[in-house]
Amino acid sequence: MGLHPQALTPDYRSSRLRSPNQKLLSLPPGQGELTGPTFGHGLIGPNDHDLIINYAAPGAAAIGEQIMVHGHLLDENARPVPQVLLEFWQANAGGRYRHQKDSYLAPLDSNFGGCGRTITDNDGYYSLRTVRPGPYPWPNGGNDWRPAHIHFSCFGTGWAQRLITQMYFEGDPHIPLCPIVQSTADPKAIEGLTARLDMANTEPMNFRAFRFDVILRGKASTLFENKLEGN
Amino acid sequence: MTRFQSASQTAGPYVHIGCTPNFAGLENMYGGHELGAEMFSSDAVGAWMTVTGGDFDGDGIPVTDAMLEFWQADASGRYAPHGGSEGWGRRAVDAEEARYKLRTILPAGLGCEAPHIKVWIVARGINLGLHTRIYFDDQDNWQDPLLAAIDDPVRKSSLIATRDGDHYNFDIHLQGDYETVFLNV
Repeated sequence: MGLHPQALTPDYRSSRLRSPNQKLLSLPPGQGELTGPTFGHGLIGPNDHDLIINYAAPGAAAIGEQIMVHGHLLDENARPVPQVLLEFWQANAGGRYRHQKDSYLAPLDSNFGGCGRTITDNDGYYSLRTVRPGPYPWPNGGNDWRPAHIHFSCFGTGWAQRLITQMYFEGDPHIPLCPIVQSTADPKAIEGLTARLDMANTEPMNFRAFRFDVILRGKASTLFENKLEGN
Repeated sequence: MTRFQSASQTAGPYVHIGCTPNFAGLENMYGGHELGAEMFSSDAVGAWMTVTGGDFDGDGIPVTDAMLEFWQADASGRYAPHGGSEGWGRRAVDAEEARYKLRTILPAGLGCEAPHIKVWIVARGINLGLHTRIYFDDQDNWQDPLLAAIDDPVRKSSLIATRDGDHYNFDIHLQGDYETVFLNV
């Protein structure tokens, strides 16, 4: 079951002119929806998943609270989605993106690029190391601040599972105030996008761990099993 | 045990940092190689062609922060028959006019489905990535079940790229009179 936001969520101003007026046209998934690109581990460099050092000068590190984010990529039946590409991007510890259109006054960190990637293992497990991103103000017509968040881009095994979402941090007071978070409306959906502090995997005197699972739709893989592999 | 799908959230205005970091100005990230830059290896069999177009909002303003992804069959109608990412590509639209350019091979149709390229669009203001398809005006489209399900000729034409010399034009309109048909796949 999906708890995706509607296309038009007027409190998030940018959705007003970028949401289709017409209903989506439904079609049964075909071969092209059930298949998708795959990426090998050979693609991934040893530091690609480590945003603290993957843009830093040799021997240097990004500034900020050091954290590890980890979890599983699963489908709706709680089955692991192994060997698929995850990509991440985020603001730096002060809430500034390394982008020419971000003019927020928080300074850039010369040792922080703000993107990373990894491939899930055979259990669908992933992890990344980064600095906790800062909250930041954004133009939406009022005094709007984004809760701290990390963007996730997720491939599944089929084109129909492609997903981009955002991960928030447990306890962030901006979560209930943010029109983008609230575009999902359902409290269960927001809970599902909120990473939990994970003291069991927190390294003493080193970094804190946060746990975050991503759940992809299961329809494509289910259809794949029922229809195609049986042929 | 069943679990709720993770809800989609907008890719925001800076999706290029995460998905096309070199385009976004992160010099030499991932060795300077942009994932999805090539749809097929240069020795792929088929009729090579170019598709270009723009991406516009409900007021006709270019959506310059969009990222597009493409997925298609090869010239024999198969999707990545050897695994890997052949037939998949990714583009950041340009920062001034929100245009893209795709160099690829003409896919073959599959069953009743006419030749087409699948497209996925994300940007600031798009809460859930939008799926659509590029068909081609000089191909045999009349049996295609998706096109057959659309009665309005203007709506139908929103899915069909028009040939202009050696390339095809395909614009994406997120909203309004020329709104592209989007799909629930």
